[in-house]
Amino acid sequence: MGRSFNIEINTKWCKNCGICLAFCPQKVFTWDEKQRIVISYPEKCTGCLLCEYRCPDLAIEVRKVEEESHE
Amino acid sequence: MSWKDYIKQQMFPLFTCSGCTHGTVTNAFARVADELKLDKNKTVIVCAIGCAGRIPTFLDFPVLRVTHGRALAFATGIKLSRPDVKVIALMGDGDALAIGGNHFIHAARRNIDMTAIVSRNEIYGMTGGQYAPTTPAGARATTAPYGMLEPAFDTCKVAEAAGATYVARSDAYHVQHLQRTLKAALQHKGFAVVEVLTSCPTQFGRRNNLADPAKMLERIKEMTVTKAQAEKMTPEELAGKFVIGEFVNTSRPELTEIYAQAFAGMGV
Ligand SMILES: Cc1ncc(C[n+]2csc(CCOP(=O)(O)OP(=O)(O)O)c2C)c(N)n1
Ligand code: SF4
Ligand code: SF4
Ligand code: SF4
Ligand SMILES: [Mg+2]
Repeated sequence: MGRSFNIEINTKWCKNCGICLAFCPQKVFTWDEKQRIVISYPEKCTGCLLCEYRCPDLAIEVRKVEEESHE
Repeated sequence: MSWKDYIKQQMFPLFTCSGCTHGTVTNAFARVADELKLDKNKTVIVCAIGCAGRIPTFLDFPVLRVTHGRALAFATGIKLSRPDVKVIALMGDGDALAIGGNHFIHAARRNIDMTAIVSRNEIYGMTGGQYAPTTPAGARATTAPYGMLEPAFDTCKVAEAAGATYVARSDAYHVQHLQRTLKAALQHKGFAVVEVLTSCPTQFGRRNNLADPAKMLERIKEMTVTKAQAEKMTPEELAGKFVIGEFVNTSRPELTEIYAQAFAGMGV
């Protein structure tokens, strides 16, 4: 099965605080070697939106893949 | 319209430190503003000085930024002269409860129709980490090098005792609860207070072994309990905990209506 949600991080706004990584119930995010956030397992995302709501820099957007293809 | 239409995207990124959850309040506020389709031509945001006082300038509304502690004083002036305008004050805990404490209790006493949102990061963030009336006993601050010796304010109890007709608490971890709470407060008629527990990893965190933003948010998760949970807890178990939820939701005569009635037919 392909992934159902598209996760986008606006790297101009993100400050790599790690809040999305620490609290994502599905462990979608990891750190890279420079302590930057990486979306490593987008296929595990359930679209709960918690990362989007918790991001203190309003830098994450999670969208259903179907919604995307209509645009 | 989407929530993004309620922030000044061209001003981003936010000026705040990495992991400063004042931004989580901004995040929730923009989404609720969009849900309620707040009319930008009929809404004024008032904020003052401090990190929590500066961050509302990133919201795409008419924003009046005033002197430290005086957000509610200016907000009162706006509301009395234009009762048709929705007035929202976004404040820090030092701003609202220390220097602005008197304005806070009297706005509540008057039950003037506005929403007061207090971001409680338990410190003076902007000025370098001095203790606030909300700093927990024992926590370190630049002005409390041996740990805070004074007890902290319970904002919600102060608001309730002073007469606010809507009083609730939420936090930057329980973000769906935060959005629901802000939505209810913004729809309330009368003086509505929401205290939001936020985190300052830079000025509070670094001095209290919590410099990691995720650890600071974990602390908020640990120290919050719902009203239902609190009912089953002993006073000892509740020490150091914050109850989240709605404490007051009532109505009584509102100030601008009292004024309108008093002066009806007098041509003033
Ligand atoms: C009249 C006045 N007194 C003192 C100050 C200095 N001052 C600026 S911000 C601040 C405290 C801010 O704390 P808080 O409201 O909790 O906001 P935070 O930065 O923690 O979000 C103080 C004391 C000022 N700017 N004006
Ligand atoms: S929570 Fe937001 S700012 Fe923090 S690392 Fe994730 S995307 Fe970046
Ligand atoms: S939407 Fe939920 S599951 Fe998906 S990445 Fe964000 S927190 Fe994780
Ligand atoms: S000093 Fe504290 S309150 Fe101010 S922006 Fe930094 S983390 Fe936020
Ligand atoms: Mg503060």
